[in-house]
Amino acid sequence: MMPMGRTRLAAFDEMLPDASSGPRKPYTAYERWLREQDSARLTEKMEDAERVFRKTGITFAVYGEQEASERLIPFDIVPRIISGREWRRLTQGIEQRVQALNAFLDDIYHRQEILRAGRIPKELIARNAAFLPEMIGVRPPAGVYTHIIGVDIVRTGEDEFYVLEDNARTPSGVSYMLENRETMMQLFPELFQKIRVCPVENYPQLLRQSLAEVAPSGAGSEPTIAVLTPGSYNSAYFEHAFLADQMGVQLVEGQDLRVVNGHIAMRTTEGYKQIDVLYRRVDDAFLDPLTFQPDSVLGVAGIMDIYRAGNITIANAPGTGIADDKAIYSYMPEIVEFYTGRKAILGNVPTWRCSEPDSLKYVLEHIAELVIKEVHGSGGYGMLVGPAAAKAEREAFAAKLAANPGNYIAQPTLALSTCPVLTEKGLAPRHVDLRPYVLVSDRIRIVPGGLTRVALKEGSLVVNSSQGGGTKDTWVLDD
Amino acid sequence: MPPNVSLLRVNLMLLGRTANGLYWMNRYIERAENMARLVDAGLRMALTRTEDASGEWHSVVVSAGSDAAFANRNTEYSAATVTDFLLRDTSNPSSVMSSMETARNNARMVRTALTRETWESINEAWMALKRMLAAPIDDRELPAVLDRIKRETALIRGAFYGTMLRNEIFDFSQLGTYVERADNTARILDVKYYVLLPSISWVGSTMDNYQWESILRSVSAHRSYRWNYEATYRPANIADYLILNGRMPRSLAFCYRFINEHLELLAEDYGQRHACHETAHKTRSLLKAGSIKDIFDSGLHEFLVDFIRDNIRLGDEIAADYSFC
Repeated sequence: MMPMGRTRLAAFDEMLPDASSGPRKPYTAYERWLREQDSARLTEKMEDAERVFRKTGITFAVYGEQEASERLIPFDIVPRIISGREWRRLTQGIEQRVQALNAFLDDIYHRQEILRAGRIPKELIARNAAFLPEMIGVRPPAGVYTHIIGVDIVRTGEDEFYVLEDNARTPSGVSYMLENRETMMQLFPELFQKIRVCPVENYPQLLRQSLAEVAPSGAGSEPTIAVLTPGSYNSAYFEHAFLADQMGVQLVEGQDLRVVNGHIAMRTTEGYKQIDVLYRRVDDAFLDPLTFQPDSVLGVAGIMDIYRAGNITIANAPGTGIADDKAIYSYMPEIVEFYTGRKAILGNVPTWRCSEPDSLKYVLEHIAELVIKEVHGSGGYGMLVGPAAAKAEREAFAAKLAANPGNYIAQPTLALSTCPVLTEKGLAPRHVDLRPYVLVSDRIRIVPGGLTRVALKEGSLVVNSSQGGGTKDTWVLDD
Repeated sequence: MPPNVSLLRVNLMLLGRTANGLYWMNRYIERAENMARLVDAGLRMALTRTEDASGEWHSVVVSAGSDAAFANRNTEYSAATVTDFLLRDTSNPSSVMSSMETARNNARMVRTALTRETWESINEAWMALKRMLAAPIDDRELPAVLDRIKRETALIRGAFYGTMLRNEIFDFSQLGTYVERADNTARILDVKYYVLLPSISWVGSTMDNYQWESILRSVSAHRSYRWNYEATYRPANIADYLILNGRMPRSLAFCYRFINEHLELLAEDYGQRHACHETAHKTRSLLKAGSIKDIFDSGLHEFLVDFIRDNIRLGDEIAADYSFC
């Protein structure tokens, strides 16, 4: 999630950091090609891209907008390019972080040594809605809690990368990574002959392999995997269907499932069949009406009992939200060090926890410079971008903050790096972030690429698709 | 010794909900197409004889099985009210627009079971028709609009036949198509059964000729009729053509030939027979052995009423036997 609003910050441009010298090295071949292109042809390609997306039905639903219930996420045809060297450094940092996240989850639901050691305050866990007491003492098959992670990374300079958020519950957007590449290859086949870009299209196979590797021990050599979706009206339904299809597994809804002989089974045209691994895209609260929200029809009654008995793998495990909570986030450097014994390779954005009186005082005094977020917020909602907000907005927010400080954290307004996008008036820089996708089984796999989100409004720092953000294809060079 | 070649066959499963979605997706695509044919036939009638246009439009609405819903919202049966209701009205669940919407929602739900070509053809049809049917249709545009509907459904059919694997996904889809089509043809015949009765077959008055042609036209059979029977319309021939002729793609016999074929394939794949197999087999035998004389003797209307009832029962049995919900 990104700071909202418009600011004028001197940002690092990833293609042309300064006007006098040429493009940065990863962009040289692309930039040369781009200069040879006729601008009318590029505009035409942009329109082709939109047609492709609409035709294939790659849309997302925006809640509360009846008319525009199916919208396209705008796609920009200028790729975001990362060198092999930059990527290797990022992946080392990501791997370390993901190991720490899983170790932290295992610890939190078992011995809680990090709390005993006093590295993070007890009440941060005990009073946290994302902590599931039902998971205490439960060890998931293969010991993995968070299997699929989308780490949001921002860049502020040549060697400055920060993790903005660890999406350890149910990160979305990977279908855009895949479709964006597919579209680029359709539109510009010649570019991929000129420039060696690492492929991303084996992600669904890797996901399937990774899920099969964490099946319960009793599942046999060919475990049955299914994707659980809330249904075709969910905003990410396209992605759920896409992934099930690409993996060659069933796409199921809660109404298809029930407990049969101590296992979860799906209703097929030939009766009920056992499922071993459930890649669920349904939130914890809706997973089991017997354990969590009793009125939920999206989940399966009794699945938590089957889970605790070790007869099904749920990916990601229930209760992983405790690891990507924004208040916990501020402790990630300590968490990484505690479990890996090393300093975090990828830094955190400095974060003030408003629950601490000194921090609260600082935040209230500097509200005009900071980004303030709700601890449990997401999608760019419920936050304040100090530099972009009007005085009255800031004052109203300060009142909310003072009334319930524990609900907020604050961060400096970062000058996110920019990449050029194609606009009606030609190329123009826009702020971007990056979400690589990580798969965890007995090993960690990271597909070379990810989802680059871009704030399409000039000067805007909001990259969320729900707030006018778009996407780009992300190239990791095979160099 | 020959090398030991063992093929690894993945045992693919089909969710009951997916089978249900495929079945209804195809029923609604078929329904949208039939609706366009019905309006086309109604339009032709209204253009050729103006004395009782309102009566003709009324019978179009009855054939569409939508009379009660129509009467709730309209007071007069005219070209404008009927075409609007049958093509555009989203409060009518069987209008072309509603049918395409339902078909696409089902397609979205079963998307993983469809080829990319099939899904895209449905999605594009939905986009095109939504645009075209957004505003009331100008009289002058109506023929073009009807053509476009038929063309879009033909494209879906082409993508479907051209790219889908012939497995149970295909079978459940085809069952939807043929159960819907049989229902549609039987209803068209039943609404107009009286113009087909032998008592008025003594001479084809001009009026009867139009009526007969209209029946044939509403199943796009007015030209092919002449390839199979003598050039003049005879009610017994028309009834024979639409009920018993196994080569006529919208006849009841044709529909049941394929309903049986796909049910048999499912029984073979799954190694199990159900109530639906019995029902379909019985209807198929009846159509195969029957003569149009027997049907007329025991009552065309009664025959059609029974047929429609059994056809509905078959649909219910398929849903129950294959765990649709």
